[in-house]
Amino acid sequence: MNINMTTENAARLARLAVRMRLDALDMALASGKNGSHLGGSLSCMEILAVLYGEVLRYDAGHPLQPDRDRFIPSKSHCVLAHIPALAYAGYLPHDEILEFQKDGGRLTGYPMRPEIGLEYSGGSLGMAVSVGIGMALSARENGRDSRIYILMGDGELNEGSVWEAFMAAAHYRLDHLTVIIDRNHLSYDGNTEEVMGIGSLGRKLDSFGWHVTACEGHDTGALLEAFAEEAVGKPHAVVADTVKGKGVSFMENNPRWHHHTLSRSEYEAARAEVLAKTAGDLQGGAL
Amino acid sequence: MSITPTEIRAWSRLGQRGAFFGVAMPRIAAEKSSLKLLTADLALLSGMERFQNGFPEKFLNVGIAEQNMIGIAAGLAMEGDCVFATTYASFIAVRCLEHIRQHLSHMKCNVKVIGTAAGTAAARSGVSHWATEDLAFMRSLPNLTVFSAADSLEAVKIAEYAADTPGPVYIRLSGGLNCPVVYKEDYSFCPGRLTELRKGNQAAVIATGLMVAESLRAAEQLEKEGISCSVYNMHTIKPVDREGLREIFERHGLIVTVEEHNVIGGMGSAVAEYKATLEHMPRQVFIGFEDTYAGAGSQRYVWEQNGLTDMQIASRIKNEWELKSQVSMIGKKKND
Repeated sequence: MNINMTTENAARLARLAVRMRLDALDMALASGKNGSHLGGSLSCMEILAVLYGEVLRYDAGHPLQPDRDRFIPSKSHCVLAHIPALAYAGYLPHDEILEFQKDGGRLTGYPMRPEIGLEYSGGSLGMAVSVGIGMALSARENGRDSRIYILMGDGELNEGSVWEAFMAAAHYRLDHLTVIIDRNHLSYDGNTEEVMGIGSLGRKLDSFGWHVTACEGHDTGALLEAFAEEAVGKPHAVVADTVKGKGVSFMENNPRWHHHTLSRSEYEAARAEVLAKTAGDLQGGAL
Repeated sequence: MSITPTEIRAWSRLGQRGAFFGVAMPRIAAEKSSLKLLTADLALLSGMERFQNGFPEKFLNVGIAEQNMIGIAAGLAMEGDCVFATTYASFIAVRCLEHIRQHLSHMKCNVKVIGTAAGTAAARSGVSHWATEDLAFMRSLPNLTVFSAADSLEAVKIAEYAADTPGPVYIRLSGGLNCPVVYKEDYSFCPGRLTELRKGNQAAVIATGLMVAESLRAAEQLEKEGISCSVYNMHTIKPVDREGLREIFERHGLIVTVEEHNVIGGMGSAVAEYKATLEHMPRQVFIGFEDTYAGAGSQRYVWEQNGLTDMQIASRIKNEWELKSQVSMIGKKKND
């Protein structure tokens, strides 16, 4: 893997994450009374910025090229992060991101549309790691260098089939499979350790035979380093410590923002906050 | 090359499952590079040794993790493989239902799921290993084609057809070893079309799976008792052969559906759903499990407890036919 781990690159990706956060707020506002999944999208913004901005190998002009890396958000409700990333990557016009809930729209309802980078139709949790195993097995058998990246929420680790898949990925020694766990400690109903404790995730995955990297999930430099780690003969788990609702103080660590409507005044306040923290950064340098 | 009667007899001894995985799958694998066969720790039981030894790169045992198996199958199919995935019918059709719904039905992945020992073949293992609702679940999933084999030869034919035809499929295999022969000679399998196995003119018996052989014997018995029955093999549960059904409805005075499945939601329901849209059609008798898990013991014992043996089917049809005759005589008198 050829990953640029310079501080300049990390700063560029941090700026990308800020832009994507602003996009997410625009999308949430556009969703009106339907509401949207803000909290869990804000928690994985840096992860997606680093993946689409540096790690993944893809060509939006040739979206079905067999050697591409595959990315599947198993926590498919992170649309407010994923769709801005796809727009940044060139899979869709930037204006289209606001149509993510349009009746009959091509972005609506977690569709599978590989031609615009949507490799998998998710929505129901705990299924995508298995699919990633199938993809990784196929890549290995056919001598393709593709890597498979699956983003999971921590809440969906409650699903039993996830652990079937964790067992199988290690059994098949799938070192081209990387699972990123957005460890934001909140599921719909509250703290994951109160709803259904996940406990020591790193130790669990390690005992399952995975190469485990823990990192700070909002630090683009740390994420770059995590993705650059080589896991030989083992699948790679990146446990990214994150904050649900990250970047907007009144959303952070508040389960209410798992899925919620965003009022105009909340939008203005959130936008100002995101900009204030990073305004200087955003001006400097290209993405 | 046509299949010989000797092969047909040998395959019948292997049963539907043995013929499907021990005979058909190795043949298909020899010609199809993109083929994969997945099992959930039932390779031995399913007679997969030949496949496993001959095509190890096409074979994957995922352990006792059926849901994971469906996801892996989908991932392989998304990369271009034609994937067959199998375990007991109840485990695949019921335990994996949502995974099949998401990956096969909704995403249309090219995966063939094969439910084995459907019905009550594993009678002594208890209800956990029966599948008397699988057709109801699989039939209600959009985009899925649903087959149910009447004998070992038909199981082989369905395997070959499914391998050649892109798209998601559920295949119901019934029975254990020694599956009665329905097709004594090689024939041309017509997916989506009801097969007429016996021509009569009074009652029409539409059967699927192991009930086809039972129904044929029931029809022979009824012939002796003066009731002329047609017998049809409904091997394609979905899509329903509307044209074939309509012709059957028009030519007969009584429709009898026979299946080793709950009378709710199975093959009989598929027939009735279409019949209900037509006017002036004959009455239907549903033979199957009457919304119950009655009886545990040998498969024959379970069938006896539920009226599914040849002689019980014959006597039920006889009663229904006589009832129908009485009713129509009363109707005539009233009109006179």
